[in-house]
Amino acid sequence: MARTVTTQRKVAYTLAAWAVGLVIFFPVFWTILTSFKTEASAVASPPEFLAADWTLENYADVWSRSDYPRFFWNSVVISIGSTLLGLAIAIPAAWSMAFAPGKRTKDLLMWMLSTKMMPAVGVLIPMYLLFQWTGLFDTRIGLILALMLMNLPIIVWMLYTYFKEIPAEILEAARMDGASLRNEIIYVLTPMAIPGIASTMLLNIILAWNEAFWTITLTTVDAAPLSAFIASFSAPQGLFYAKLSAASTMAIAPILIVGWFSQKQLVRGLTFGAVK
Amino acid sequence: MGQITLKQVRKSFGDVHVIPGVDLDILDGEFVVFVGPSGCGKSTLLRLIAGLEDTTSGIIAIDGKDATSLPPAKRGLAMVFQSYALYPHMTVRKNIAFPLKMAGMSEADQARKVDAAAKVLNLSSYLDRRPGQLSGGQRQRVAIGRAIVREPAAFLFDEPLSNLDASLRVTMRQEITELHQTLKTTMIYVTHDQVEAMTMADKIVVLNAGRVEQVGSPLQLYNHPDNLFVAGFIGSPKMNLIAGAEAAQHGATTIGVRPEHIEVGTGPWSGIVALAEHLGSDTFLKVNAGDLGTMTVRASGEVRVNYGDRIQFGPQAGKIHRFGPDGKNMA
Repeated sequence: MARTVTTQRKVAYTLAAWAVGLVIFFPVFWTILTSFKTEASAVASPPEFLAADWTLENYADVWSRSDYPRFFWNSVVISIGSTLLGLAIAIPAAWSMAFAPGKRTKDLLMWMLSTKMMPAVGVLIPMYLLFQWTGLFDTRIGLILALMLMNLPIIVWMLYTYFKEIPAEILEAARMDGASLRNEIIYVLTPMAIPGIASTMLLNIILAWNEAFWTITLTTVDAAPLSAFIASFSAPQGLFYAKLSAASTMAIAPILIVGWFSQKQLVRGLTFGAVK
Repeated sequence: MGQITLKQVRKSFGDVHVIPGVDLDILDGEFVVFVGPSGCGKSTLLRLIAGLEDTTSGIIAIDGKDATSLPPAKRGLAMVFQSYALYPHMTVRKNIAFPLKMAGMSEADQARKVDAAAKVLNLSSYLDRRPGQLSGGQRQRVAIGRAIVREPAAFLFDEPLSNLDASLRVTMRQEITELHQTLKTTMIYVTHDQVEAMTMADKIVVLNAGRVEQVGSPLQLYNHPDNLFVAGFIGSPKMNLIAGAEAAQHGATTIGVRPEHIEVGTGPWSGIVALAEHLGSDTFLKVNAGDLGTMTVRASGEVRVNYGDRIQFGPQAGKIHRFGPDGKNMA
């Protein structure tokens, strides 16, 4: 019997999908909404929705009280820098794991992944001291290194699965056609893996952009990115919800826009290999 | 030139000895077919010659020079893969030109050679398409085009026709044979299809479990199989093999008679027809012949026998193959 999807079922699935989507999106939506309210309106109970006092004052306040462009630029440098450095290391690594695996390749891959299962706070003190001693504390290069190391297992795994999808026979054909290893990677492997490399890059930029634990702990002023910028608005003097929301909106807006325009690539990146 | 010599070539994957030791001489310009059941090591042997696998021991010489440790790119051989292995991101033109580009040939020379190859293979109007926009047969032609432009010492074909449908397979088979007659370059062709082997080869190498069972021309293998394996493998339908008392009468452990070497109507054997296939040009019968087992008979033309009939039949004079207890031909 052919599988038929009834209209009823379609409607149910669509409603369920929208419901899940809204639940996930609601906090972001509420943050953006709150950022346009006055502080009084933001903490009102019961929450005010349409009757709130709307204002742009929070944005003006946040902008004048801190150096947003510097935080923004630090975020850009750190997320793109750590991703590019990670790719430079991961491409050759993934090539050898996918096309010239040894006896322990699978174990190595699992071990790399297992490092992601360790709570970051477990290495907080050693990392902090290490950064202090080496002078990497509160430097962009320090954060690039830290985030690159943190995301490297994911980059290697993603590239590895992409490379695995490329038939080895095509690379063998290139070898038979007289290509050196270098030409094989430049002319055959990389062009075929471009979609995979692009989604890996995007995902890792987003992960690095959103990272808060290390970026907040390992910086003070100079290298602080947008995560630290948000944190700086939950000050000991008290919580200013509307301003905090405005800062958060300013921090997530760039990556949200990037994500919106590249969602096709991202979805492909997250589900690649699942369906032939 | 394209003379390839294998001396005691062995290949093991861990404890598994895929190729326990092969000696083989392939002469310049020969069309050699490696044939055998799946898993017999024929593709591995081809990949060893190509350099895509390292030999465990032994020597592979190409035109008298030891090539055992040369990388594939340096051996001067071209290969056509079962999956075609075209570069999906390149046009047909770029696919065919790729080996020339790797060899550092000028763009003008590349274009000239690609156009010439495309003409031979009827690909001229597809040069700007991507492999994804071509049919299976056209893809196979592009793969062949990519192989011929570099004027290799020898062509290696790894089951190139098994992804094509039956009628296209016959056409491509003839095209490859014609290509060989035009180019006169050594070709090594791997297949599990003994019809391809019989129709294309100058020399057939029958492989079984990594061992060479027999090397010879198609008709040598057909008329004088060295052993039971070759006897059963070469020929279609398969040779009837009979053991026991009937074989003992001929002083052998096993005797073999090809279906086309059996007369219907007269003879020492009798049996009941279990299946009759009337093709017009031929009649194929399956006959339950008691102690002899089920016999396949191929009679030319129309023979008026049907299911359930009892018939007399027997081998033509001088067409019995006798095999000893070791499975070797006693003749």
